[in-house]
Amino acid sequence: MTFASSKELLSFHWMAYSIYAIFIISLIAWFAYNLTRKEKAKSIVRIPFYGYMAFLVAMGVGHHIFTYNSIPWVSQDIMRHHIKPDASYEFEVGNHKWINMPKHVTVQCGQTIKFDIHSRDLVYGFGLFRQDGSMVMQMQVNPGTDVNGILDSNDILWTFNHNGEFDVMSTEYSGPEAYDEKTGESKMIVKKWLTVQGCKEGGKK
Amino acid sequence: MSFMNTLMNGTDFDHKSLNALQKVTLRAVVMSFLFFGLVAIEGMIMRMVEVGPKAPIPHMFFHPAHFFSIMTVHPIVGIFGSTYQLVFGAFMFLVPFLTKKPLYSVKIANAVWLLITIGTAMSWIAAFVWQYAPLYTLYWPLPADTNQFSVVGGIVFIVGVALIMVGTLLFIYNIYATIFARVGIHKNKTTKELLISGFGIDGMLNLINKLRGKPPYSKEPALALPVVAIFRGTVDTFLDAIVILSAGILVLVYLIFDASGHPLNVASVDALLYKNYFWWGLDLVADGLVLIYVAGSWYLLATLITGQKLFMENVARAALMLELLVSWMVWSHHLLADQGQPEMMKLISGEMVTAFELLTQGLALFITLVTLWKARPLKMTPPLAYLLGGLVGFGLAVPAAIIQADMGMNRVLHNTQWIIGAHVHIALIVGLYMTLYSAVYVMWPLVTNNTTLFSKKLTWAHFWLYLIGGIGMGAFMGMAGLDGMLRRHLYVHGEFNTMMTFAAICGSMILIAWAIFLFNIVMSVGVKGLIGIFLPSEDKTQSYGIEEDD
Repeated sequence: MTFASSKELLSFHWMAYSIYAIFIISLIAWFAYNLTRKEKAKSIVRIPFYGYMAFLVAMGVGHHIFTYNSIPWVSQDIMRHHIKPDASYEFEVGNHKWINMPKHVTVQCGQTIKFDIHSRDLVYGFGLFRQDGSMVMQMQVNPGTDVNGILDSNDILWTFNHNGEFDVMSTEYSGPEAYDEKTGESKMIVKKWLTVQGCKEGGKK
Repeated sequence: MSFMNTLMNGTDFDHKSLNALQKVTLRAVVMSFLFFGLVAIEGMIMRMVEVGPKAPIPHMFFHPAHFFSIMTVHPIVGIFGSTYQLVFGAFMFLVPFLTKKPLYSVKIANAVWLLITIGTAMSWIAAFVWQYAPLYTLYWPLPADTNQFSVVGGIVFIVGVALIMVGTLLFIYNIYATIFARVGIHKNKTTKELLISGFGIDGMLNLINKLRGKPPYSKEPALALPVVAIFRGTVDTFLDAIVILSAGILVLVYLIFDASGHPLNVASVDALLYKNYFWWGLDLVADGLVLIYVAGSWYLLATLITGQKLFMENVARAALMLELLVSWMVWSHHLLADQGQPEMMKLISGEMVTAFELLTQGLALFITLVTLWKARPLKMTPPLAYLLGGLVGFGLAVPAAIIQADMGMNRVLHNTQWIIGAHVHIALIVGLYMTLYSAVYVMWPLVTNNTTLFSKKLTWAHFWLYLIGGIGMGAFMGMAGLDGMLRRHLYVHGEFNTMMTFAAICGSMILIAWAIFLFNIVMSVGVKGLIGIFLPSEDKTQSYGIEEDD
């Protein structure tokens, strides 16, 4: 099982967590009801203590093993310094503005793109969003320099497998100056900044 | 009795019958619930803004500086002004009660609630008057950014937070001084024995001896299990106070230099290193003291409600030690979206050690449930119902935390409403506060000398409104997060209008529940009694249920 996009992953997550939430609420409700009954409740299933502990360990560790194997950007993120991207975009951010940022980026389906952003002053975020507002990905953009005064890197690799137009926006709060004083709109949104083309309907080439 | 008469005099509450310990406890509780009301109103204002421009709310709240100043003080008022006050007040009563010793100092206890109240009020004023809005995370160098914020506002805010931390340190001193006092049942105990018990080493040695077929190391541990939880949680409270205080001093130094016309270079402080340091401390609240205090409270409540011994007490003692160690090593899960953070730290601290919380909290849940189960049939009283509500809250919020503390999931969940809704608000509003309400109802007869509660129906109305509202609000915020809604962002066009409308409806249920709770309490103690709580106590006794001369 592999999730081709964040949308697929989040839909799966929505379903899985909703089922779990209903289960845990029902379990405690069943427990509460039977706590007050004089008749002894029949056990639906008998779980030994060490079995329960083993289940929790398996869930805690298994969750990460599952995501490592099913979410493609995890291993790509860890190994990003050893992967050659198809294209790189490096720019800066400062005073609540994107600086030297390309006006528009076009990506061919399946390409792996590197975004490397440097902050001149505050902590910002870099996030890509679909036209329906859902998130493709994000990262934090921290300020800072090395010993030579060169701004620190905040880099991410992303492979695009679905056509679409994506907005870019800062995902971290950097003070009220990031918003228009009168309208309250963010100054850091760039509409339809990135276009992905060449994918089939349903994703990938 | 007429309505006005009950409103003024309460049911049968007599503040003059309260001793010094009871009064100081109630003062903290009263301030806590007043701040809770403030935080609920703030939350509703922000939620209504996110609903969109058609929301029936004054336009001034849509102003970015105004909106984010509310967002800045919302957690300060909620976590410190309300939660800390309530927890500290309860523990400064429970430690003497459970150890059968007097509280070390009622004067210090009074200083604690006063300092936290004044400190919270100052931080709130800084945001209200000067619109100082760096948010509670204080990501460097934003709190020292005088291009965006007033220096005076910043100084007032930081001094306010510092006062809260000084109050916190005084609470810690009072608790440890009480635990280590060699009086009463601890007259013949050594500091070493109390330390071993406080850290749960006796529980661990008992387990080891049991496995080796030897007699237990200690048949009667020096400290009761809930006191052990308070002892250990307070270690994290101390470390957290030191971190927040030192970060506050750093910001203060920069602001003062700026005000003097000689600004310091903010780049001298590494933003990522600062983030690590600050999150290490801040996370000791969320993943340290809260979880440990909550586990201890569950154990106490389960034993008080059932009147029976805790199931697997030695395991519970040992697990609290594990929880403490785990809480020191999990902060990196807040930095999974920071690309400069070493991958190994993300993997070990952010993912693997964090996953242990599923084990420690799952264990606490299991022990509490089995203790209750073994004592059935039980009557469904408000303390039991609220306790079960607390278990539901953490049953929902802890797995949500483990899910997001993952490099894959965090890439699409970080800083979204999922984090603050499905995890933080469910953990705090449902998990923590339902547990605290249970404690309030258990402690009510002890701290008020068996005052009759005005209305049981109102208690149940509060319970259901609060539970449904709390879970509902967290769930709808979480769903908005999955749709891409950020948590620290201003949406002025109602972009996530549907989910925010549902969240606002659930939020208003919480607000109504709070009003019902407050009304019920005021009608029980009366306005005169409420004022009387703040008058000096004639009975200077600093303990409950024992003769101090013992």
